[in-house]
Amino acid sequence: MPWTRDEMAARAARELKDGFYVNLGIGMPTLVANHAGDLDITLQSENGMLGMGPFPWEGEADADLINAGKQTVTELPRTSYFSSADSFAMIRGGHMDLSILGAMEVAENGDLANWMVPGKMVKGMGGAMDLVAGTPRIVVLMEHVDKAGRPKFIPQCTLPLTGRNVVDVVITDLAVFERPDRKGSPFRLVETAPGVTADEVKAKTSANFVY
Amino acid sequence: MANKVYEDAASALDGLLFDGMTIVSGGFGLCGIPENSIAAIRAAGVKNLTVVSNNAGVDGFGLGVLLETRQVKKMISSYVGENKEFERQYLNGELELEFCPQGTLAERMRAGGAGIPGFYTRTGVGTLVAEGKEHKEFDGDTFILERGIVGDLAIVKAWKADRFGNLVFRKTARNFNPMAATAGKVTVAEVEEIVEDGALDPDLIHTPSVFVQRVFVGQFEKRIEQLTVRKREAA
Repeated sequence: MPWTRDEMAARAARELKDGFYVNLGIGMPTLVANHAGDLDITLQSENGMLGMGPFPWEGEADADLINAGKQTVTELPRTSYFSSADSFAMIRGGHMDLSILGAMEVAENGDLANWMVPGKMVKGMGGAMDLVAGTPRIVVLMEHVDKAGRPKFIPQCTLPLTGRNVVDVVITDLAVFERPDRKGSPFRLVETAPGVTADEVKAKTSANFVY
Repeated sequence: MANKVYEDAASALDGLLFDGMTIVSGGFGLCGIPENSIAAIRAAGVKNLTVVSNNAGVDGFGLGVLLETRQVKKMISSYVGENKEFERQYLNGELELEFCPQGTLAERMRAGGAGIPGFYTRTGVGTLVAEGKEHKEFDGDTFILERGIVGDLAIVKAWKADRFGNLVFRKTARNFNPMAATAGKVTVAEVEEIVEDGALDPDLIHTPSVFVQRVFVGQFEKRIEQLTVRKREAA
């Protein structure tokens, strides 16, 4: 049985370590925060906040306090606010520990495409290119295949890249792939969803990987 | 001393606007945007503007109001996803768009404001963003050259100011505003309150007065783009 979105987020949460400073991308990655358990994690929001709290109580939203998805959020005792330049100094300077992002395509060499489909309206890369260029560990959280059933973990990206050789872990609804470094080691299949076999994963993946 | 305090946006922008100018704006989404200056620029009717701003507002609010009136020739932004009129003009070839990664955009404003004409960054290497840009190796890694930005005018929104032009921002409404404030040949700040001399703690000023030439108290709608809340359990 494939993992649900919530189970995928729970699996991604196992990539977190106590004390980590983490940036969670928009969409499914934000669910990871619900599964941090007892770990002491500080969430960064790249619009200018460290120590992002939960959504406000009804009636207590503050227009001056939003996250990178433009949602209203709250502060915590540890919270700090800062400018966009300081925010991206944290990101580009390699000070964050981990980022969890969504993807349209991941290639077997770690290339990531998640910002643009040619011919469709392009919304922009926002902070994604900065995050993948600067963060030492990038975890991708995505469906294993697209809506047409085509693999998303593939030999080479067909879409314009967000970054080259930047992905360390790929978590899908079927499996988890990981590589030990960004120096040419292949991705290894390290886990499958309950009841999903390695052969089934292989059949639904065009990227080369070891297991 | 020179007076920096103006009555409203129209008087603060008087004499500063011209066709074809470059305007650097603070704000992220609709948070911390200089909504009063944007309205006054619309009323002034200047055209062929290049606007440097992380986002392009939404239909009918923020920088979106300058798109409706076709005053913008070009946007330099990292994310423009929330605006139908933007999409229509862009797909019709009526609007130029330069996508710039968010961190690179912040740094381009910061660098421009600091007299730094260019800098190297790893962001965008190997992507469309790197095309046509100088590449350089440092310590075995590849970086691309990005240019600093200086606008003819910067418009920013702060929480509090004093009459000298010192600014304090509030929460995530700070975002691009401090960099934008440094990146204008002239900077106009709109604020919620101008406080008495000495009421701002000098240790806690975010933008020192030298960067700000004109300041006024604005009226703020502060629209929320995505209202997300938790419901309280019934007692």
